[in-house]
Amino acid sequence: MTYKSSVPMFWRLQGSKYRLVGTRCTKCNSVFFPPRSLCPKCRRKGTVEEMTFSGKGEIISYTIIRTAPEGFEKYVPYAVAIIKLDEGTNISGQIVGNNIEGMAIGMRVRPVFRRMFEDGDRGLIQYGIKWEIDKGDSTS
Amino acid sequence: MDIGIVGYGAYVPRLRISVEEIAKVWGTNAENFRKGLIVDEKSVPESDEDTVTIGVEAGRNALLRAAINPKKIGALYIGSESHPYVVKPSGTVVAEALGLGTSLMLADFEFACKAGTAAMQCCYGLIKAGEIDYGMAIGADTAQGKPGDALEYTAAAGGAAFVLGKDPLAILEGTCSFTTDTSDFWRRERQDYPMHGARFTGKPAYFRHVLTATKNLMEKLSLNIDDIDYFVFHMPNGKFPTAAAKTLGIPMEKIAPGLVVKRMGNCYSGSSPVGLCATLDIAKPGQRILMTSYGSGAGSDSFSFMVTDRIIERRDMAPKTEYYLKNKKNIDYGTYVKLRGKLRM
Repeated sequence: MTYKSSVPMFWRLQGSKYRLVGTRCTKCNSVFFPPRSLCPKCRRKGTVEEMTFSGKGEIISYTIIRTAPEGFEKYVPYAVAIIKLDEGTNISGQIVGNNIEGMAIGMRVRPVFRRMFEDGDRGLIQYGIKWEIDKGDSTS
Repeated sequence: MDIGIVGYGAYVPRLRISVEEIAKVWGTNAENFRKGLIVDEKSVPESDEDTVTIGVEAGRNALLRAAINPKKIGALYIGSESHPYVVKPSGTVVAEALGLGTSLMLADFEFACKAGTAAMQCCYGLIKAGEIDYGMAIGADTAQGKPGDALEYTAAAGGAAFVLGKDPLAILEGTCSFTTDTSDFWRRERQDYPMHGARFTGKPAYFRHVLTATKNLMEKLSLNIDDIDYFVFHMPNGKFPTAAAKTLGIPMEKIAPGLVVKRMGNCYSGSSPVGLCATLDIAKPGQRILMTSYGSGAGSDSFSFMVTDRIIERRDMAPKTEYYLKNKKNIDYGTYVKLRGKLRM
């Protein structure tokens, strides 16, 4: 039985996939997601440490997927966006809620924990972060 | 020092399907179900939601209210009858996603609709014994109802999480259980849908266990109905908890805040826990809440909670249950069938 995804590779990336664990350079304050172990600006003079992103941010671009890759057909049509995270780097991700009509650049988003990919009926279920539109009403 | 709920949080998926929409497909009388079951609509998970994702969302809310370092949690138990894997715990994914530590006692529980409250009892016992400082208990489900079966009108998705520990927002004053071998509902291996004993699920099953556990706890703690401000009973539908309350002589206003089933259906292991969250959302310091779960097979866990001043500062630190009940979108039966994987291609 062969699987499409690598079990050890997903395991290595779990912290980033589940909790948006990235890194930050303590010298120049640049933030990195996915995590980098070396700051490209400060190089050996910088120290890179782990940081967890809140996942909150703003849509800076998006596209609507109508012809999905294998495994994502059930979500069609769905939006994939580039999100500028509040802590300062960009990330791409799926927007849940199927509200493609209401999508707009500049909208606030917040992270939600969802199934990302199922490796067939017998393989692993991969979980991770997607995003939903944040109307700012959840703690009212 | 008092032990109890330090943080709590519910999560209910956004999608709903109404009793009318299901009845339309099966040619039944929606009004009979609506009035008979006292359920208007039920929650439906998106195709990327399951017990793990519901557990993570509810767990995040509970941690926000607990306002503690997640690494201080020493045990995580998740009760569900819809764990995504047959072998591989839901809890390990939830623990990693919530950033809990690795010195962690963890197991997935199953006891029909009461595995979430069994998880609460385990955490309570470990804290009381001094083995851990904090424990997290989750009850969550994406319940399955066979198409056309009476269960299809109520089997819903949702869950709740509780961080238990010291300095609580609701002191756990006492708990007790009532358990017998009563086969009113079951699902065999490799079966997609459960079987149930129809009317047998009532008197010898739900009512015997819920009423006995509730009475036993009240007797154990020397409480009477007047000493308790709110009651939450497991909600397979709206009719059963209402009838249980009537039998015990409980005024309807004491069960109203926790009677979430009318708007979201029965989310099995999450049912009474979500009802408890909704009640904690409105309870005042000094008020007492009694919750009794029910799990087919069969058993009931009963708990008495005394709300403390801490509720005031912690209640608004995470979304309330009402937010999830209001934040909804109704879907048709075709979409429901697609989302729930009922189409075999």
